[in-house]
Amino acid sequence: MRSRLVILFLLGLALAAPLVIYPVFLAKVLCFALFACAFNLLLGFAGLLSFGHAVFLGTGGYVTGWLMINSGLTPEIAIIAGTIAGGLLGAVFGKLAVKREGIYFAMVTLALAQLVFFLYLQAPFTGGEDGLQGVPRGKVFGLIDLADNQTMYYFVLAIFLAGFWLIHRTVHSPFGQIMKAIRENESRATSLGYDVNQYKWIAFIISAAMSALAGSTKTLVFELASLTDVHWHMSGEVILMTLVGGVGTIIGPLVGAGVVVSMQNYLSGGELGNYLNIIMGAVFVICVLSFRSGIVGQFNKFRRNNF
Amino acid sequence: MATFLGINFFALFGQLLIGLINGSFYALLSLGLAIIFGLLRIINFAQGAMYMLGAFVALLGFKYMGMNYWVALLVVPIIVGLIGILIQRFLIRPIVNEDHLYSLLLTFGLALMIQGIFTHWFGSSGQSYPVPEALKGGMRLPFMYLPNYRAWIIVVSVLVCFSTWWMIEKTKLGVYLRAGTENPQLLQAFGINVPLIVTLTFGFGVGLAGFAGVMAAPVYSVSPDMGSNILIIVFAIVVIGGMGSIGGAILTGLGMGIVEGLTKYFYPEASATVIFLVMVIVLMIKPSGLFGKNA
Amino acid sequence: MQFQKKALSTFVTGIVVATMAATVASTASATTDGKVKIGVLADMGGTYADLCGPGCVTATRMAIEDFGGKALGKDIELISADSQLKPDIASSVARKWVENEGVDVIGGLVSSAVTGAVTQVTNSSKNITLITGSGSNAFTSSACSPYIAHWTYNVVALANGTVKPMVSEGKNKWFFITADYVFGHALEAASMKIIEANGGETVGTVRAPLGTTDFSSYVLQAQASGANVVALANAGNDTVNALSAAAEFGLTDYMDIAGLLVFTPNAQAMDPDTAQGMRLTTGFYWDMDEQTRAWSARFEALHGAIPSMSHAGAYSATMHYLKAVEAVGTDDSDAVMKQMKLTKPDDFFARNATLRADGRMEHDMLLVEIKKASERKSKNDIYNIVEVIPGNKAYNPMLPSCAF
Repeated sequence: MRSRLVILFLLGLALAAPLVIYPVFLAKVLCFALFACAFNLLLGFAGLLSFGHAVFLGTGGYVTGWLMINSGLTPEIAIIAGTIAGGLLGAVFGKLAVKREGIYFAMVTLALAQLVFFLYLQAPFTGGEDGLQGVPRGKVFGLIDLADNQTMYYFVLAIFLAGFWLIHRTVHSPFGQIMKAIRENESRATSLGYDVNQYKWIAFIISAAMSALAGSTKTLVFELASLTDVHWHMSGEVILMTLVGGVGTIIGPLVGAGVVVSMQNYLSGGELGNYLNIIMGAVFVICVLSFRSGIVGQFNKFRRNNF
Repeated sequence: MATFLGINFFALFGQLLIGLINGSFYALLSLGLAIIFGLLRIINFAQGAMYMLGAFVALLGFKYMGMNYWVALLVVPIIVGLIGILIQRFLIRPIVNEDHLYSLLLTFGLALMIQGIFTHWFGSSGQSYPVPEALKGGMRLPFMYLPNYRAWIIVVSVLVCFSTWWMIEKTKLGVYLRAGTENPQLLQAFGINVPLIVTLTFGFGVGLAGFAGVMAAPVYSVSPDMGSNILIIVFAIVVIGGMGSIGGAILTGLGMGIVEGLTKYFYPEASATVIFLVMVIVLMIKPSGLFGKNA
Repeated sequence: MQFQKKALSTFVTGIVVATMAATVASTASATTDGKVKIGVLADMGGTYADLCGPGCVTATRMAIEDFGGKALGKDIELISADSQLKPDIASSVARKWVENEGVDVIGGLVSSAVTGAVTQVTNSSKNITLITGSGSNAFTSSACSPYIAHWTYNVVALANGTVKPMVSEGKNKWFFITADYVFGHALEAASMKIIEANGGETVGTVRAPLGTTDFSSYVLQAQASGANVVALANAGNDTVNALSAAAEFGLTDYMDIAGLLVFTPNAQAMDPDTAQGMRLTTGFYWDMDEQTRAWSARFEALHGAIPSMSHAGAYSATMHYLKAVEAVGTDDSDAVMKQMKLTKPDDFFARNATLRADGRMEHDMLLVEIKKASERKSKNDIYNIVEVIPGNKAYNPMLPSCAF
């Protein structure tokens, strides 16, 4: 019951926030939070470190952006299409990658993502270095105009909650239990008769689709899809968000995304813009050396020890 | 022009040679990665940053201390190697018993930091480093004009790569190294200081990247992101070659350079993707890589 | 029931907490707030940093100071940010500036991909952009807008200035090494059009990504093409690197290299032995006359290097904008832009200039030749001015659909 109250409190906060804080910033935080949650599904609950997740974020963005510019579809359809595209790409990559484990898995996903990065760099439908510019936000169901930033924010909030709920359900389903079993002891899960690779593959697809959902939404918010979202730096950023927030916790990625995006927002544009990568790198190193359970993980430990 | 069946052989050989030059750098870098991976079981994401560091140390040494190229070729790898040793000793060793993914992330963070620091100091645009006087000019081959320095790159990289391979596969030191990979406890029991070997190996692998950086400085412009661009390609090469194999890393590095050169002639649009395509195909047919043992 | 009540109150508390924070935090918005705020978005550390980076901020600050520092009775504010040459970063900074930080006008702007993304934002928010670093002619054609003022140069002027005379001299087979983004494509297209119109042909093109450091394989492709001119449709360090690769592989011995867009810092960075005699088109040269030398000396004292044409353009555009603001007595974009187009820009940079209805600032361009090392009196002494090209001959004609 206490956790429900916390959730309700957060929800109230989320509803009122755009009155105070610049809504586009908030929408960005939510997009990245969803991306990090999707990533965490794979790392935290299946134990697979993907170093190529940006490719799904970017694919969702490009598909949605292209459809909004060229097809006249309404945004919700374009977002769904982007999500499906990400899921399909995830199915292909997942099939190739889940054969390998640990570091091999990380490198295979990274290289696959880089393959797609170069394809997008040259493919005509992505606009190459220019990106897809001037993506219209459109009207949801042909009725609700998203041009206003606050309306846009509430739309993003709704998508985030839907995605978050889906990930939450997946983790707490029997499927999620098996995932955790595989993470803890893979050979045992195999001996119990589970087709381990099949489970990993499905988790990969869900994670890819949710990442694409985040990318699709982000494209609408910024009216732009670009190579930055496909670049391996972005894959690194989502790892950082998850790590800072707490790997394997439900709320952790959300907190991590908030921290990292705020940091970027604060540093870029200011005199400190140059330090962004240095600080991000330092946070990475510190997290790995002495803060491996992340903010939420530490908080949970603290609560367990003191209450 | 020498054309046959619609193929312009002059242009083709030219591209192949350029490919071999790029391949020399791939080989040096993937060799360093393979050595480190062989003993420590970690992927050094900072290998690209160390390559960049090598080029920058050479450039700064030249600018502020008048250090010439030949001195740089000897001194810079040692400096970079020492930095690597410090990193291994104080950052990687404390988490050596954690999941190896953490050391991947640690080196990734280090790479970001090092690149960020150099971008902050020097901006992200490139700076030029002069070709040493003795290697200026070039040879007019039947099919192309080959600058001497580029020829030098191929010769030296191949020499360095194969002497390293020989040292690891054929000498007593190499035996220790390989034994350390197989069974560190046993080696320790024989009275060999395994942690020291691990640290020195890391330094050597990183030093190779620094060496490649000095080699690259006169041909590619020296810039903070020079390492991160090449690193991902080298990762793909390591996956193609098979992670455990030293010889595999060298051969695949050179081979992929040639494949890239071929693509540049026949279908230039795919030249950036071809290595990754090869990787996908290899993964489908032989997931452990061309020269890898089944993991 | 009990739970629902508690839940409701928690929910409300969340809202109340957030709203209370509202009173603490302050947000600024609304463009016509009577306070002029200029944002300079440029490449602070990348491939184009020397062309329009910190220097564009310096030049803009000079204009504000020369104007007296105040407009509409209030201090003029200046902020700047690094676009990192990435459209998405530029777009989100521009959005934050105009929607949340009360920025009236955005200047600087180098790389057409970045400028395209920024103008998407500013056109719909009705904020003026002063484009001083990028060169695509789209901003006054396919992507034209009543809120754009395109200063300094564009690709049509470069092609008219540099390519046309070369083709007329009989250099008729061209190969392009092109920067692979909107600017490179536009420059290539504009040049090809002129080559064809004057009886030459394009025998091949190759696209190199922005920030390429090793041009050797592109140079070999050029070598095999049978062209007699290799055109570098790129800019900044890309041009310098491409030229040095061409020299390294002996291309310069038997082919002409045409640097289609060369800024002064890049011309200084080129090896004089390779670059000497190369002709190029520029919107400004510091050593043209007393006026340009006087301003350039002030700029050099602040910036540490002679001004590129974008730096001079940034000063000129900012000054023209501020004069218009003062004349109409408001920072309302429509009124200011109307006034900017009514009055002719006239300063050390803008010679025989007008700001056309489509937003193109038309002014005299210079055809210059890179000096031999032996002729140079100092490291800044790099060009001989060959010809002054009148603005109406250099630039593209105005499209009726863009005459705002």
